Amino acid sequence: MKCTTCESSTSSRFPLKYILAGLGALAIWYALYSRLLPFSEWLIFKAVGMDQSSRLAQALQFFVYDTPKVLMLLTLVVFAVGILRSFVTVAWTRRVLAGRQSLGNVLAAVLGIVTPFCSCSAVPLFIGFMTAGIPLGVTFSFLISAPMVNEIALALLYGLLGWKVAGLYLVTGLSVAIGAGWVMGRMNLERHVEDWVLQIRAGAAAEPDERMTWAGRIEYAADSVREIVGRVWKFIILGIAAGAGIHGYVPEGQLAGIMGGGDWWSVPLSVLIGIPMYSNAAGVVPVVEALLGKGAALGTVLAFMMSVIALSFPEMVILRKVLKPRLIAVFVGVVGSGILLVGYLFNAIL
Amino acid sequence: MKHVQVLGPGCAKCDETAKVVQEAIAESGAEASFEKVTDFGVMASLGVFTTPAVVVDGQVKVVGKVPKKADVVAWLSA
Repeated sequence: MKCTTCESSTSSRFPLKYILAGLGALAIWYALYSRLLPFSEWLIFKAVGMDQSSRLAQALQFFVYDTPKVLMLLTLVVFAVGILRSFVTVAWTRRVLAGRQSLGNVLAAVLGIVTPFCSCSAVPLFIGFMTAGIPLGVTFSFLISAPMVNEIALALLYGLLGWKVAGLYLVTGLSVAIGAGWVMGRMNLERHVEDWVLQIRAGAAAEPDERMTWAGRIEYAADSVREIVGRVWKFIILGIAAGAGIHGYVPEGQLAGIMGGGDWWSVPLSVLIGIPMYSNAAGVVPVVEALLGKGAALGTVLAFMMSVIALSFPEMVILRKVLKPRLIAVFVGVVGSGILLVGYLFNAIL
Repeated sequence: MKHVQVLGPGCAKCDETAKVVQEAIAESGAEASFEKVTDFGVMASLGVFTTPAVVVDGQVKVVGKVPKKADVVAWLSA
């Protein structure tokens, strides 16, 4: 497992032992995962012997069940995406997207899910895409999708709120990225990119196309688990603790009258509140769970979450280096409108 | 004498990469000059679009992740 440089002798061989090890690990993972609920009930109600009907006992049981559940889900998903990611490099994405229009928006948004991305590399990535001849609108589809629709957000939404909310978020997040990028591509905004970016003669494809071994891919995936889970576990525990309190003490729907979807201004307000807030998915999903638990409308909450992640003030400051102010304004306007649409749509149909 | 460049606008991973590279240079005792590149134009001209990245004598060695110290030492002695 340790060797990253034992070259082609192992890389070309069919990785049977990794498949067996992977299946074994998955079986152990599932055995543990499926026993979390009975274990939490046994621990709180039998071993500690608390009264099943007491609120404190219910809150504690919820916490003891949800925390390992979400952490285990996150570990599995981040590891799987890590393996996938070891195949998808930015250099490859750049080649795939070069010179494509409408279909490119769809492709860019989908690739945004799995391509490694951090907001600090938004600028070099933007330059890389522009110099490869990727249309501006397609580039924006990628820039919107990459931070907003990712495996951490989806794993947390699934773990805390179920597959329906996670699925809705995936579909609507992709739609916003595709739609906003497509609209911006039709607006001929190229002249609002800073001039120096267009003058760059990029050394084409200088990034090494690493031929990773399977050991290397597994190590890469394990590294991303260590890094991501190590970074977000505090938020998750805090969020679940808050959720446990709500679960045990606040009667369902009590606050629906205040934060529900009745008022037309609740969606735009939540988008506006979301812009100055800067957080990644790990920080915002527990808040979303708390809001939903208090009876807030799903559309309003989804709009809030997308606004926090996709429209952030610090990212605009970073993008200002390559985009003229007008283009940034258009970016915020178009993406914001897309998010508003998502919010209203779900408040209307649910 | 090798010329080592660490490319990155100053995110946490970029700082970590710079640290790993500087330690590798110090510990291996290799003759190498160290430079931190934060200019996006320079990065693009080197053909790098994902940060952090390490470039040795104009050759891109790693992009998008923090390298291992042993790998950096290997590049220095190659």
